Amino acid sequence: MNLILVLPILIPFTTAILCLFFWKNIKAQRIFHLSGAFLYLIFSFVLFSEVRTNGILVTQVGDWVAPFGITFVGDLFSAIMILINGIIGFATAIYAVGSIDEKRAQYGFYPLLQFLIMGISGAFLTGDIFNLYVWFEVMLMSSFVLIALGGTKPQIEGAIKYVTLNLLSSAFFLTGCGILYGVAGTLNLADLSIKLAELNNPGLVTVIGMLFLVSFGIKAGIFPLFFWLPASYHTPPAAVSAIFGGMMTKVGVYSLIRVYTLLFNHDIGYTHTIILVLASFTMVTGVLGAFAQTEFRRILSFHIVSQIGYMILGLAIFTPLSIAGTIFYIAHNIFAKTNLFFISGVVRSISGSYSLKKLGGLYKPYPMLGILFLISAFALAGIPPLSGFWAKFIVIKAALEVEDLISVAVALFVSLLTLLSMIKIWNDAFWKDKIDSESEEEVNQFKSMSKVKKIFFLSPIVLLALITISIGFFPEFLFSLSRDAAEQLLNPQIYIEAVLGKVK
Amino acid sequence: MYSIILSSTTRIVTPLLLLFSFFLLIRGHNEPGGGFVGGLVAATAFLLYLIAFGVLRVKRLLRIEPLFLIALGLLITLVSSLFGLFFQEEFMKGFWLKEEIPILGKFGTPFLFDIGVYFLVIGVILKIIFSLAEEDKD
Repeated sequence: MNLILVLPILIPFTTAILCLFFWKNIKAQRIFHLSGAFLYLIFSFVLFSEVRTNGILVTQVGDWVAPFGITFVGDLFSAIMILINGIIGFATAIYAVGSIDEKRAQYGFYPLLQFLIMGISGAFLTGDIFNLYVWFEVMLMSSFVLIALGGTKPQIEGAIKYVTLNLLSSAFFLTGCGILYGVAGTLNLADLSIKLAELNNPGLVTVIGMLFLVSFGIKAGIFPLFFWLPASYHTPPAAVSAIFGGMMTKVGVYSLIRVYTLLFNHDIGYTHTIILVLASFTMVTGVLGAFAQTEFRRILSFHIVSQIGYMILGLAIFTPLSIAGTIFYIAHNIFAKTNLFFISGVVRSISGSYSLKKLGGLYKPYPMLGILFLISAFALAGIPPLSGFWAKFIVIKAALEVEDLISVAVALFVSLLTLLSMIKIWNDAFWKDKIDSESEEEVNQFKSMSKVKKIFFLSPIVLLALITISIGFFPEFLFSLSRDAAEQLLNPQIYIEAVLGKVK
Repeated sequence: MYSIILSSTTRIVTPLLLLFSFFLLIRGHNEPGGGFVGGLVAATAFLLYLIAFGVLRVKRLLRIEPLFLIALGLLITLVSSLFGLFFQEEFMKGFWLKEEIPILGKFGTPFLFDIGVYFLVIGVILKIIFSLAEEDKD
């Protein structure tokens, strides 16, 4: 049983090592990279169905029993995230083969992407707060290189902001871990949950909780700590932006949900009210920031921030329905957002630019691309029957149930603005006439691509659009999953018993 | 810059440092030492050689790419962690041989892991130093 739990880490690790051995041979690297991502997808699904039928899976690494050793835990929430990571990882792997230039591939793009996937998986699976920190570092190290790889001027500028803020966040995280170990004498999440309750000192626990809120808040991009995100996510190639925008910030959200359901649930009235206020501000500032932008990926980056607000809102309301809404929202958002970044990359290869001012007239020659864009964009804005509608519906319904009318108003208003902003991209990139048409021929790299490359380039977009549509038309499946996962999250006892056995 | 004092000292000290790094590696499991420190000391040996004779001579001495060492180190750590899975036990569980091996002492998967770390550290440090040294040249 424990093999399934560690495979999401072992598969990308092995793939990365193989890629390192074949450093000079890009073709071999591509094959390893694709087959590794495919294997990961399969086994993430196996893990998911295993957890779904048998409940929480636990493995004690090195046979050192919890709470002394490091525990890997796969509860339903982790399993859902791993499955999504598998799908996004696979889509990005295909897309990267179609879009990453030779130069970046020569400098180790493929092994780095695999290390990134490994770090993300580790963060989802670990049941130990310090080990979570280590996985964050694995993830950040690879992302630092990925964001700077290529060494163009804007990339380095973005990388500096990205690295600085993330190091700051890691420092907060580490401080939090240290204090936590000082007061509780343990780092195992399940054990911490018990020890913190026995501590009977809600003030101190809240202070530690706030440290973690700042740390994960920076990583997730919560108001007022989000500004590094739109300053850096638009600089690397589209494949990198896509996996960053889709998965990386969600790891921050995942960690927030994990610690605020398992550890810091003693003074909900205080902590979760703070999160609630932050959620509203995050939604509004993100979407307003997007208005001022005229660059495709910058708009998308600001929308990441705004969408994070909805997820945090669900956590803040803290009812079974709202947590289910959050999980639903995360799933929907990852697919829609990653796909929009993919499409931005295709637009770039056709028109040679990300700037909306220079784009135009794409709908006529590429109608299918326009439709694919609309599917993801409308899903993001929350138009029924696409996936975003259900996600927003659940979160807002949960807010209505606790009669938090201000949040409801903010959420609805922000989704209207999101729609406006998506229409702005649509108008500028696809609908309006292109201003200078003479440069069209020379910048169009897309036309000169080989057919195979085009398939690699476009198939992940179609795949993710299909997922978005099917979540939209059959939301019951994902909703019942999210509800079960929320049920587990709100009853930490289940998690604790799975890890430590039936104690006391 | 060629210095006769440095180069003659290096010829004696480099093998000693390599030997010392190996000593650190094998005493690592229960006493101060281990793959990481051992790797650092070994990398220092090559670094000293580099300062004395230049980057090309070190590359000739080393014969393999630092990147290969990195990959090899990672592979060894991976293999050492898999033993638990082969024997239907927990992932990364440590296994030890019953009899002691001469010179090495007790041998087991944690020791194998240390060897992996040893190669990885040498590889990473040399990769960084080679990149810096070559940048300096052109």
